[in-house]
Amino acid sequence: MTAITNEQGASILFDLIKAIQDHKQYLSDIDGAIGDGDHGINMNKGFTICKERLGKAPESLAHGFMILAGVLMTEIGGSLGPLYGTLFRSMAREIENVKDIDKIAFGRMMQCGKEKLAALSEARQGDKTIMDVIIPAERAYREAVEEDKSFAQCLEAMARAAREGRDATRDMAAAYGRASRLGERSRGVIDAGAASCCLILETMARSINEKLTSLAAGSNS
Amino acid sequence: MQRIFNRPEDMVNEMIEGFVRAHSNLVARTANPRVLKYRQAPVKGKVGVVTGGGSGHKPAFIGYIGRNMVDAVAVGEIFTSPPAQMFYDAFRAADGGSGVACLYGNYAGDNMNVKMAVEMAAEDGIEVKTVVANDDVPSAPKERRDRRRGVAGEVLMWKVGGARAAMGGSLGEVIAEAQRAIDNTRSIGIGLHPCTIPEVGHANFSIEAGTMEVGIGHHGEPGIEVVPLETAGAMARRMTDIILPDLPFGRGDEAVVLVSGLGGTPLMEQYILYFEVEKILEEKGLSIHRSYVGNYFSSLDMGGVTLTVMRLDAGLKECIDHEADSTGLR
Repeated sequence: MTAITNEQGASILFDLIKAIQDHKQYLSDIDGAIGDGDHGINMNKGFTICKERLGKAPESLAHGFMILAGVLMTEIGGSLGPLYGTLFRSMAREIENVKDIDKIAFGRMMQCGKEKLAALSEARQGDKTIMDVIIPAERAYREAVEEDKSFAQCLEAMARAAREGRDATRDMAAAYGRASRLGERSRGVIDAGAASCCLILETMARSINEKLTSLAAGSNS
Repeated sequence: MQRIFNRPEDMVNEMIEGFVRAHSNLVARTANPRVLKYRQAPVKGKVGVVTGGGSGHKPAFIGYIGRNMVDAVAVGEIFTSPPAQMFYDAFRAADGGSGVACLYGNYAGDNMNVKMAVEMAAEDGIEVKTVVANDDVPSAPKERRDRRRGVAGEVLMWKVGGARAAMGGSLGEVIAEAQRAIDNTRSIGIGLHPCTIPEVGHANFSIEAGTMEVGIGHHGEPGIEVVPLETAGAMARRMTDIILPDLPFGRGDEAVVLVSGLGGTPLMEQYILYFEVEKILEEKGLSIHRSYVGNYFSSLDMGGVTLTVMRLDAGLKECIDHEADSTGLR
């Protein structure tokens, strides 16, 4: 299959929530090395509140993203609230009138999210932040689309670039945000925001690919 | 470390409860439990003055709510910026129809949340302009002043902005005055022992016994150097040597001096430091127009002090001298 419907995408929200809940301790532990040690706690808080708000099932991926963004922006402060709130809100806006999410629609959604994040955060690539994941991941996805790869291959390229981006933050000195207080001393540990962003992108890629696979199996039978 | 609380996760809410009850003559609740306002706010026709930030800095930020001071404050979790919605609700609580001046400190989370809240307010027709305090000299070199953090100089910025608004200044005038206040203010901190967020349970940085951290930030951000603990006189010399040339302050300047404890240092020691600072400023030919000593902007239980010096001109002097009433500053 080459697309999922916006309605079918709704369940991606539950995969994202579960991924964050499952990795709460991991995210706090890496944050504890160079930050407050509360990244996992705050992410888990936001995504868990979102689960309550979603109820049984959101209408669509766009609807689910909008609810998630609302929780992050109104109830979770710090930096992660506005950053992830803006990411999910801008992605929701981009696809709210899209019926089928194919590789082009998904690419536009990613591009929009990346651009809105870049406009909000003053951090640039290399500053040891979430931007070190979203920028290369979006670029890898876009290049895969230009090379006319399948939707699944594009998603895999995005997830791979997200992992590489996350791992590259290990050797960076934080130049922005709370960890920048440590400067050179922040080297040697991956950035917690980069780790959670990678987890989110990987989970979205896997979740959509599973749907594409099962839809293909369904249409063959 | 033995602390007073019921459950660590309830500390901010319960502090607010205690504060509102203890100071009901000055402070009132709003529809958002994390936004407090001056009892009389919004004052019709007056520019609203708003600030906000993470908790743990008492009396900042809610302690500066009051008459001719701050009109509304957004209260975040400990050391965590309030979400955009809270800043937005604070703007609404403070807006008397003449716009809102949001005067806050230069931290990544606050910058983003305020920026988003300003956009939300604009959609509702509330004009909000901002001044971002960056008085902490050691946090970045002079050519990167835009990256410096806001520390205790924010108190003087609120005093000045609040006074200009109370005198009937337009939004543009309040913003310009507050901006001049922070542009003419320089601060530095020295840390003696770290602070602990009760919910985390342990300090996430350390200061070895017998040493002090010069240039430490309000959340334990590392300073410029760790040196053996010094006498009050040597500390004062070290601090003034860093901040006075940065503006620079010169002979004949009139100044406001603010020595603030970080939460775990007795007032007695703050006065000893102030004595040493005043001797140095006089030796340099500065005249001290007004001084403040006490816990004006703290960092939980951190040991240490910040020194803030502001250079006055006629406008700033008029604002500093304007009468005000808040729990943190009169």
